[in-house]
Amino acid sequence: MSNIAHGGRVICTAALMLVAMFGQLFAQVNDEAIRANKPARMLSDYGLFADPGKQIPSQNVHPYDLITPLFTDYASKYRFVYVPPGRRVNYTDREVFDFPVGTVLVKTFAYPADLRKPEQNVRLIETRLLIRQDTGWRAWAYVWNEQGNDAKLKLAGKRLAVDVTGWDGNPLSIDYAVPNANQCKGCHALNKSITPIGPNARNLNREYGSQNQIEAWVAKGLLFDVPPIGDVPRAVDWTDASASLDGRARSYLDVNCAHCHRDGGAASNSGLFLTDDESNAQSWGYLKRPVAAGRGSGGLEYDIEPGSPERSILLFRMKSLDPGIMMPELGRSTVHSEAITMLEAWIDQME
Amino acid sequence: MNNFHVCCLPVISMVSLYRTGQKEELSVTGTYTAIAATLLLIGIGTPLQAADIINLTPGPDAAEQLQEALITAEPGSTINMAAGKYEISDGLSLDVADITIRGAGMDKTILSFANQKGGGEGLLITSDNVLLEDFAIEDSKGDGIKSKAADQITYRRIRVTWSGGPKETNGAYGIYPVESKNVLVEDSLVTGASDAGIYVGQSENIIVRNSTATHNVAGIEIENSKYADVYGNTVTHNTGGILVFDLPNLPIMGGHSVRVFDNKIVDNDTPNFAPEGNIVGMVAKGTGIMVMANRNVHVFGNELRNNGTVHVLIATYPNEFDDDNYTPHPRAVVIRDNVYEGGGDDPTGEVGDIIAGVAGTPVPNIVWDGVVPLTEWITWTAADNRIYVDEADGTTFANLKMIQNTLYPWSTSPDRNIAGYAGGLEEPKAVVMPQLQTQ
Repeated sequence: MSNIAHGGRVICTAALMLVAMFGQLFAQVNDEAIRANKPARMLSDYGLFADPGKQIPSQNVHPYDLITPLFTDYASKYRFVYVPPGRRVNYTDREVFDFPVGTVLVKTFAYPADLRKPEQNVRLIETRLLIRQDTGWRAWAYVWNEQGNDAKLKLAGKRLAVDVTGWDGNPLSIDYAVPNANQCKGCHALNKSITPIGPNARNLNREYGSQNQIEAWVAKGLLFDVPPIGDVPRAVDWTDASASLDGRARSYLDVNCAHCHRDGGAASNSGLFLTDDESNAQSWGYLKRPVAAGRGSGGLEYDIEPGSPERSILLFRMKSLDPGIMMPELGRSTVHSEAITMLEAWIDQME
Repeated sequence: MNNFHVCCLPVISMVSLYRTGQKEELSVTGTYTAIAATLLLIGIGTPLQAADIINLTPGPDAAEQLQEALITAEPGSTINMAAGKYEISDGLSLDVADITIRGAGMDKTILSFANQKGGGEGLLITSDNVLLEDFAIEDSKGDGIKSKAADQITYRRIRVTWSGGPKETNGAYGIYPVESKNVLVEDSLVTGASDAGIYVGQSENIIVRNSTATHNVAGIEIENSKYADVYGNTVTHNTGGILVFDLPNLPIMGGHSVRVFDNKIVDNDTPNFAPEGNIVGMVAKGTGIMVMANRNVHVFGNELRNNGTVHVLIATYPNEFDDDNYTPHPRAVVIRDNVYEGGGDDPTGEVGDIIAGVAGTPVPNIVWDGVVPLTEWITWTAADNRIYVDEADGTTFANLKMIQNTLYPWSTSPDRNIAGYAGGLEEPKAVVMPQLQTQ
């Protein structure tokens, strides 16, 4: 049993297990708060957690993880899904699953004091909820108090100073941005409606604990209409050095860019489509000229210039921290240098 | 919000405006009186009207209050921003329909983004039926105001300025409606955009009128859009004045039915400061009007003075492209009844060099590259698709015949016989804005 998972690393102590088992027996999700038109003021009002500060979920709230997660300034992320008992999630091959009304997707952002020791001295920053109501999905952000025992609704967004030790052992200062309610839509809008991004078949198709997540969701009676597991698509883990560079790069871009850079997405007008199944080379950037990039072009001619990472706009913008240039526009105040290195290698070997 | 609030706030605003007693605000006062009267009627007639008015004043919490108002406003609300400077550090955004955002004047209510930390633009609108009126955006790190996929968006007396003057580090677009419908831009002012001051892209049913664009790379640009009227604008000291472009590899292509008329396009003399890689980077300093690709474009009644490279340029998309659905040639273009003075005496840049190299200096008032599809080059172009020029005597013209010029330059000279291009085509109907019928 595992209750806190981040990047595949699992905390699993006997004490936690006991608390968790006990808590989950009694803690119930507040469906009324989930159905309400107005968001609850405090995160605890939803009853999603048996122990909010330890991120121990209530009954029927299931932790999950993704193969390739979105980069958010090196934050650890704890993901959970709540589906009202008796309701079914319908499998879809390509887009995010079809979740029933009453579903809550929960994502808590946190920082350990030292990124290399993700289980120690963890500070909870914010928890974002995507709530499926009759009228569609709604998105809210809750910012944790200093005691780390509850979080409060924040509509207008907030910037928080986070100082940690980075992967390289050097101090890392992050100007962490909690999104405002509109910025949530900035990434989550598809054809003008709020849509979840992460939980699709290919990105969930991984082991969690000892079991495949898709199979686990089926076993729990959550997920229906699933094809044989061998037929479920599987995203490439962008950190997997044994996978092809092409697969790693396209998977990374799919998760980090394609929620906007796709047909019907917020960046559709750019004509740059970065979904991992985009087959038109120019559409995914290969020798594609910029359209409305402004100084985001960096004086370069192509989004991706094969063989020349240093002449590719895509990397120029991913390396920038200037709001008028940087991509993604939201959710990042640091450069994801490990991913840049991988993408440089990808473009470098491209013909 | 209760009725007392709804009824009384406009009256208070009205009173305060009376008290200032400045002449220039008399017309504004009139508007407020009308609004106050209307709201009084609404307030009395329907007890639970949702027409909230949210009043904001500058101060340390103003940025957060403003963003919160933009999120929590109910449809039908008006957000009033009192005069003063609002320091904003993150991009603002609105996704609620039927909203008016109103300042106290484009020189009075100023949203300053000089210390912006995040967001690709100053203000982003993604909802329908929005009216932006009487305020300014200064020094946004990216674009000024962008409206995307919005139906019925009005920019009225809006100013977008980069205060350091023309700089490559300025944002790309000042006023930037894209993938939108029923776009009205009027009485606005944009200065310093490193791409286009007023840029309408991949949109439909557009009016840009009575506005001013100075010191931008392009003053006004209509790109991959259809049914656009651009008139009564003053476009000066940009690199290029008014551009009507169609570009390949975009979700929406095939721009057509554009009228550019009664504009003042003078002294466009700012060196091109667009970051390289952008299509406007090729626009030569001193280009008046440029039509690239597109169909059914009518240019008439404009005043074109002292545009150093060329007053009117009709051109084919110059870059390689891989897009079967794209037509790179301008088709069905009518240039008539414009006034020309000076200009053509200082052709610059690659484009200026090519034009002047073939047509000589001073460059003729109107230049067409003469590039047509190969099938038409061998045979002929149907009357509906030709380029027509019908100008006063003394207007100069050149068809550069660039295909011949490339194949056998030794025996090719430009066609300067303007009379050979006489004729016309049916003009697109005037664009009608639904929001003007109801506002």
